[in-house]
Amino acid sequence: MPKMALTHLEFSILFALLASVVMGIVGRSTDRERLRYGLYLFGCFVGTLFGLAWLMYFGHR
Amino acid sequence: MSQSHARPWAPVVLAAWLIPGGGHLFLRRKWRASFLGGAVLIMFLAGLMMRGPLFVPEAADNLLSTAINYGGFIGNLACGMLYFLTKWFGYAQPDLAGHMYDYGSKFLVSAGMLNILAMVDAYEIAVGKKG
Repeated sequence: MPKMALTHLEFSILFALLASVVMGIVGRSTDRERLRYGLYLFGCFVGTLFGLAWLMYFGHR
Repeated sequence: MSQSHARPWAPVVLAAWLIPGGGHLFLRRKWRASFLGGAVLIMFLAGLMMRGPLFVPEAADNLLSTAINYGGFIGNLACGMLYFLTKWFGYAQPDLAGHMYDYGSKFLVSAGMLNILAMVDAYEIAVGKKG
């Protein structure tokens, strides 16, 4: 099996994408709501990721 | 809450556990099955390609490590056939230091957690709580 070597950011975005797909589908009842909720969750994941990254950056200065 | 389309839920939940997306396929929710099964499969395969170790249910020298070992094992086991096939094919990655192995381990457990969400969704459809 090939090896997957990505950066922290790429790993995190892949995780956010896959988790958003599943949570978006199971979390709402219509297709339109699922799409919107999935996009919202993905935005929350990525926003939190960048927020925590900047927090750690300033915390280590 | 409608109960008019209630079906036997046990085979649905069993199918959902063993084959990611299988419960929804059983209930003829084809596109939902393909998205859920695809997401769980990609996450699990990505975890393997990151060389993530599988958890072994064993007691450690402190309570937290024991809880992590058992919790991680449950997460791995929740992937159903993906986990059993991986074990049968002899995958035995040791727990090495490095961010790739750490992410791999988390991806393997998260695939199981996502499959549990899919199992609950399939159960709710089967008993008529969801459409």
